[in-house]
Amino acid sequence: MKHRGFTFEKLKIASFDFTCCEGCQLQLANRESTLIDFLELLDIKNFRELSSEQFDDYDIALIEGSISRQDEVERLQAIRRQAKTLVAFGSCACFGGVNSLKNKFSLKELVAEVYPGMKVETMPVKKISDVVKVDLSIPGCPVNKEEVERIMVNLATGSLVTLPKHPVCFECKAQLNTCLFELGEICLGPITRGGCNAVCTTGKTPCLGCRGPSEEINMPAFVELVKARELSLDDLQEKIAFYNAFEGFSNHEA
Amino acid sequence: MHLKDSATMKRDYSLDIRHLTRVEGHANISITVKDGKLLDARWAIVETPRFFEVMVKGMSAERVPFLTSRICGICSISHALASIRALERAMKIEPPVVAEKTRLLAMHGETLQSHALHLFFLVAPDFTGTASVLPLITSHPDLIKAGLRIKELGNEISTVSAGRCTHPVSLVVGGLSKAPDKQQLLQLRTMIQESKPALDTACSFFRTLKIPEFKRETEFISLSNGSSYPSIGGSIISTDGVKQDENEYLLMTNEYSRDFSTSKFTRLSRESSVAGALARFNNNYDRLHPKAKEVAASFDLQAVCHNPFMNNIAQLIECIHILEDAGEMIDSLLDMELREIRTPYSPKAGSATGAVEAPRGILYHHMETSDEGKVVRADCIIPTTQNNANIGYDLGAIAEQALQEGKNDKEIEKLCEMVVRSYDPCISCSVH
Repeated sequence: MKHRGFTFEKLKIASFDFTCCEGCQLQLANRESTLIDFLELLDIKNFRELSSEQFDDYDIALIEGSISRQDEVERLQAIRRQAKTLVAFGSCACFGGVNSLKNKFSLKELVAEVYPGMKVETMPVKKISDVVKVDLSIPGCPVNKEEVERIMVNLATGSLVTLPKHPVCFECKAQLNTCLFELGEICLGPITRGGCNAVCTTGKTPCLGCRGPSEEINMPAFVELVKARELSLDDLQEKIAFYNAFEGFSNHEA
Repeated sequence: MHLKDSATMKRDYSLDIRHLTRVEGHANISITVKDGKLLDARWAIVETPRFFEVMVKGMSAERVPFLTSRICGICSISHALASIRALERAMKIEPPVVAEKTRLLAMHGETLQSHALHLFFLVAPDFTGTASVLPLITSHPDLIKAGLRIKELGNEISTVSAGRCTHPVSLVVGGLSKAPDKQQLLQLRTMIQESKPALDTACSFFRTLKIPEFKRETEFISLSNGSSYPSIGGSIISTDGVKQDENEYLLMTNEYSRDFSTSKFTRLSRESSVAGALARFNNNYDRLHPKAKEVAASFDLQAVCHNPFMNNIAQLIECIHILEDAGEMIDSLLDMELREIRTPYSPKAGSATGAVEAPRGILYHHMETSDEGKVVRADCIIPTTQNNANIGYDLGAIAEQALQEGKNDKEIEKLCEMVVRSYDPCISCSVH
C-alpha cells in the first residue's frame, strides 16, 4: 500500500497472550484518535481477543505474558516456528513481570493456598526468552502505545527499531517534577529505561522499573545513593523485585 | 418460534469450542445433548493461574494496590481501588473527600472504556455477522467512530483522575498521590458534552438489533448504598432479598472449585447467581439518572430482567448514566480546593473487605495487615467467578431451547457464543 509517499506491505501480524492480564494487548485498541490509521498498517492474521478469524500465515508475533505451564511452552514453540519476528510484548514477556513474584514461594504452597484439595498444574514463571529466541523486546507495564505505533511504522518501512537508552529520570526531569528522592521516596527512575514519559513519577508515585535497566546502569552507585539518604534497603529490594526486571543486578545492596 | 415435531426435538447435539474468541482470556465451551436430553453443559476456564493472593503476602500495604491492579488489564482501576479500600478499612484510614470523589470519577472512566470495548469490539460483530470489528470500520463508519469516541472519553476520564488508564498511578492508600489538574478537568467537561451525540448514535444502532429471546430465572447480586448508583463500597444485596454488610462477603459468595476450571464458582440462594451491569440495573434501577431511565424504557428494559443478552443493553444504559454523573462529579471537583488529597497514616494490624462495582460486577478484595503494615493474607473474588456457574446453566438451557425451536448446529453454536459474550467475561482476571 502507499502511505504519505511510502510504498510498503502491510505487516502480517498476530497477537498471542500467555500468563498475564492482557493489558498490553488492550493498549493496541487504545489511542483511539490514531487507531484507524494504525490499523491501516496491519494485516491482522490471528488475534483471538479481537477476531473469530484465525490464520497461521503471520510474519510478526506479539507475545504478551510470561510462561507458567507446559501447554504454554508448546504453544509458544509452535508460534516461534511460524514467526519471522517474535516480539516479547510488555514486561511479563520481557522479564517475567509481576508474575515472577510467585517464584519465591514453593509450587506446593501456592496451589495448596489458592486451590486447597485440587490438582492444578503450574510451574515457576519464565520470561519468553527463557523458552524461545526473542527478536525484539518492547517493555512496559503496560506497553506505551505511542512507542508501539512508532515501532510498527519502523517495521513496516524497514527502518531501524530502537528503544531509548536514557533513564526515566531524564524524562522526569524534563517535566520539571520534584525528584521523589527529595520527598524521601526510593524511585527506580535513575536506573530504568526511559520511553514512558515518566508517567508514574509525574503522578508522584515511584518508578518500579517496568521497562528494565537502562544502558550502562551503575547499580552499586545507586544502592550507595539509597544508603546515603538513609532510606530502607527492604523497600529498595521490594521495588527492584517488582517486575523481575533487574535480574543479575539485584544482589548488590547487601 | 413454534415447536418442531418430536423427531427434531429428540436430536443428538454436541458442541466443543476450544478457546472461545472475542473474549478476554482462554476458556472452552462443551455441550452434550442425547435424544433431546441435556447431558452436560460446561463453561471451562483453562487460563493459567498467577497466584496473586500468595504473591502479595509480605508486601507493604502501600505497594499492594500497584500489584493487584495488574490482576486485570481492563479493570485495573477497580482492582487498585478494591485493595485500597480493604487496606484503608483494615488500618482505619479515612481518605479525604477530594480523593473519594476523584476515585469515583476514575471508576466511571474505567467502566465507560470497558463497556465501549465490549459493546463495539466484541459484541457488535455478532449482530452484524462479521468475524470482528474490522470490517465495520468501512461498513459502519459512524458507529465505529462513535464507539471509539466513547472509549476514548472513558480512557481520558481515567487518565485525568488516576494518572493513567491501564494500571493507574495516582490512586494510593490514604487518598491520591497527585490531584487531578483543574485545566484538564475543564477540558474533560467539554469532551463529555461533545460525546453525547456519539452515545445517541450507539443507542440508535443497538435499537435496530434483534436481541435473542431467552430467559432463565436467576439471582442478581450487586452493591447498594442507598443514595447513588453503586460504585465503591456499600451493602451487598440480591434480587432474592438477601442483604449483607461488605465485610460479610463470604456469606454472599460461598466460593467453590471444580476440577475442570482454574476459575472458581460462587452461589447464594440458588445453584448460581449473576453480577454485572444487568445485576446493578436490576437492584438499583431507582438510582439511575433520569436520562438513563428514559433510554432503558426505549429498549423495554425493566427491573428485574432475566434475559442475559440484555446485559449488553444494561451496559449501554450505564454509559448514559456515567456521562451525566461524571459531568456532575467534575463540576463538584472544580468547585473544591484540590489541596488535601492524602491522609497520613501509620501501619496497623487489621482486616477488612473492599468491595467495588467493577465494570463486570462486584469485585471483592479482603486484606489482612500486620503491625508493620505488611499484607499477611489476601482473598480476591472476581466478578466473572461470580458468573461462571450461571454461564454454565445458561449454556445448557439455551441449547435445549434452540433444539426445541429446531435451530441448526451453526445457529446453536452462535447463540452459545453470544450468551457467553453477553456476560463480558474477564477470564484471566477471574483466575488471577
